[in-house]
Amino acid sequence: MIEASVLIVDDEVPFVETLMKRLAKRGVRVDAAYSGHEALEKLTASGPTKTDVVILDVKMPGMDGLEALARMKTEHPLIEVIMLTGHATVESAIEGMKRGAYDYLMKPCELDLLMEKLNAATDKKREHESKILEARANLISLRRGD
Amino acid sequence: MTPAKGADQETAPRFSVRLAVVVLALMIIAPLVISGAVNLYQFRKAYKNKVSSELSVMIERHSLTVDSFIDDRLSDIRVIAREHPIERLRQPNFLRLVLNVMREEYHGAFVDLGLVSSDGIQVAYAGPFNLQMADYSAAPWFHEAMISENFISDVFAGLRGSPHFIVATQRKVGDEIFVVKATIDFEAFNALVENLRIGNAGFAFIFNREGDFQTSPRFEVALNRPPYVDLLEGRIRSDRITVLEGEDVLRRRSIFTIAPLKQGQWFLCYQQETSDAFAALRHVQEFAIVVLIIVSLAAIFMGYVISRNLAQRIALAHHDRNMMAHQVIETGRLASIGELAAGIAHEINNPVAIMVQEAGWIEDLLGEDEPASDSNLEEIGRAVGQIRTQGDRCKEITYKLLSFARKTDPTVREVNLNDIVDEVIGLTSQKTRYANVLIETELSPDLPTIQASPSELQQVLLNLVNNAIDAIERPGGVVTVATRPAGDEVVLEVRDTGKGIPEANLARIFDPFFTTKPVGQGTGLGLSICYGIVEKMGGRITVESEIEKGTTFTVFLPREAPAGVGNAESDLEEEGS
Repeated sequence: MIEASVLIVDDEVPFVETLMKRLAKRGVRVDAAYSGHEALEKLTASGPTKTDVVILDVKMPGMDGLEALARMKTEHPLIEVIMLTGHATVESAIEGMKRGAYDYLMKPCELDLLMEKLNAATDKKREHESKILEARANLISLRRGD
Repeated sequence: MTPAKGADQETAPRFSVRLAVVVLALMIIAPLVISGAVNLYQFRKAYKNKVSSELSVMIERHSLTVDSFIDDRLSDIRVIAREHPIERLRQPNFLRLVLNVMREEYHGAFVDLGLVSSDGIQVAYAGPFNLQMADYSAAPWFHEAMISENFISDVFAGLRGSPHFIVATQRKVGDEIFVVKATIDFEAFNALVENLRIGNAGFAFIFNREGDFQTSPRFEVALNRPPYVDLLEGRIRSDRITVLEGEDVLRRRSIFTIAPLKQGQWFLCYQQETSDAFAALRHVQEFAIVVLIIVSLAAIFMGYVISRNLAQRIALAHHDRNMMAHQVIETGRLASIGELAAGIAHEINNPVAIMVQEAGWIEDLLGEDEPASDSNLEEIGRAVGQIRTQGDRCKEITYKLLSFARKTDPTVREVNLNDIVDEVIGLTSQKTRYANVLIETELSPDLPTIQASPSELQQVLLNLVNNAIDAIERPGGVVTVATRPAGDEVVLEVRDTGKGIPEANLARIFDPFFTTKPVGQGTGLGLSICYGIVEKMGGRITVESEIEKGTTFTVFLPREAPAGVGNAESDLEEEGS
């Protein structure tokens, strides 16, 4: 199993805390933010490679999920985002996918399903990263003239 | 301020079928009567002129005939008097011979023939009476005949006792004057005018300037009454043909046509009842009246049919409109419940998600090798506690929804508006949190209670608050709900710092189905329902708005409910729940 690194962003504190414990138990490195602003701050502080996937609630006071997504994708394009939504905001989640989110999940969700999507998103991110590394290596070898 | 209109429930507009029939029938009949009357008047005038001119022509022709008859007879006598020597005229046998020839020639117009000497003695006579040597020296006609060369007498009885008149001419022999005279048969003369007839009741007769009949009229005539008396006394010109209308001796409207005869000594008169003379005109009038009656009846019938049809359509349209109004309000209530339910269902998702996570966490812990470790038990206890907390949260949310859904009751009771405000703000708290809108209240602490349906007030306020929240597009907007007393009313104000309502939309916002929200997000019923409910409560609702500054809805509610509102059998209740 790949050791994923996840940032959960939701204003429901008890939800975040329990989800963190459960994911940690499954070997996921988890961090939490309780608003869009806090999430962006944490991502900037830790750097893009530290976090693989962001689980992002759509409805939050202050900066909402869609706005946070847009800024994450601008500032940290490699990070994959899974939108988390209640039924009434499915449209927003779909809108999020159009704007670059990896997938969306409906609340309340089964942890197995979340893990599945989390792993897939992590794989995608790692793949993306390795392709970039490979391209960078090719670039270096080209410069050396090998 | 915009006076608002909306789905008010009023009784059917009054439409009087009777009035409509009268108006429609008048619209058809009046022009018909006017044009008919004008036409008839013109026709009557033309017809009278025609009758009058026809009568004039006829009388003129007949007056000429009568005049020429008399002149011809005079000429005959003159020829006899001049052509034959006096010796022969003195012989009765010769006169008899001449008389016979003339009688043959003129079908018996001449009765007799005589020669009268200057002393008035009839020296020769031929005729049916024994008048040889008759003495006329005292007869008025003889004196006249001696004065003028030619003379025509009036009709008189004379010596023979039967009506006749005399034509006479002078024959001078030396210094002596003889008068040759002939008597004209009255019957023959009378026949000249007797035959003059038009229509059923027209008749002609001749009278002289003294007012004596020269022929016998077929019907009774009084020459001492107008117009004859006017003619005889010179008030009517007698030297030409005159057509007059007046009353006859039996006071029937009649036409009198009078022509002078014998150089104005006699008058030929034709008298005819107007009704007879204008019989054709009367027929036309009768026909016109029959047509008018038929058309009027048809117009009234048509008017009735059209009006009844119209009345039925109006009643039907009004019924449909009332049904629609009821349906609109009911639909709006369902829509606001639906909207609220959707919002609350979403709100429930959060606690449910937490409960699911906590349950999953407990499963996780129970699946460990040593599930009953102290730390696990403590964690499970905490999770169960969290589940209970979130369950309570769910219960609270569903309670709010149910309390709203259940309160679809228009029954009026004593209500403190401030309590309603608190309830509604509680219902919308989640929505305002996510929309980043701050809700402020300015509730008057000494607000009097009002008589109203709490459920309807809640619906009004919820609609206004929801609209206010939706109107705020930028984070940090403020919605203020204020209450204050104002005389016999209480005032409820919902202000927002939103985008405002354009002037063009302001007049329409209370119209049913008017919405500026995207398709699927607004029914356009909220404000029209607010309007309907407030109107029903006997209150009013107004709106003020300024673009980019915000909008204020102000609801004025009377402290006492108007009569007939809010009983169990209220309109809404009947059709709705």
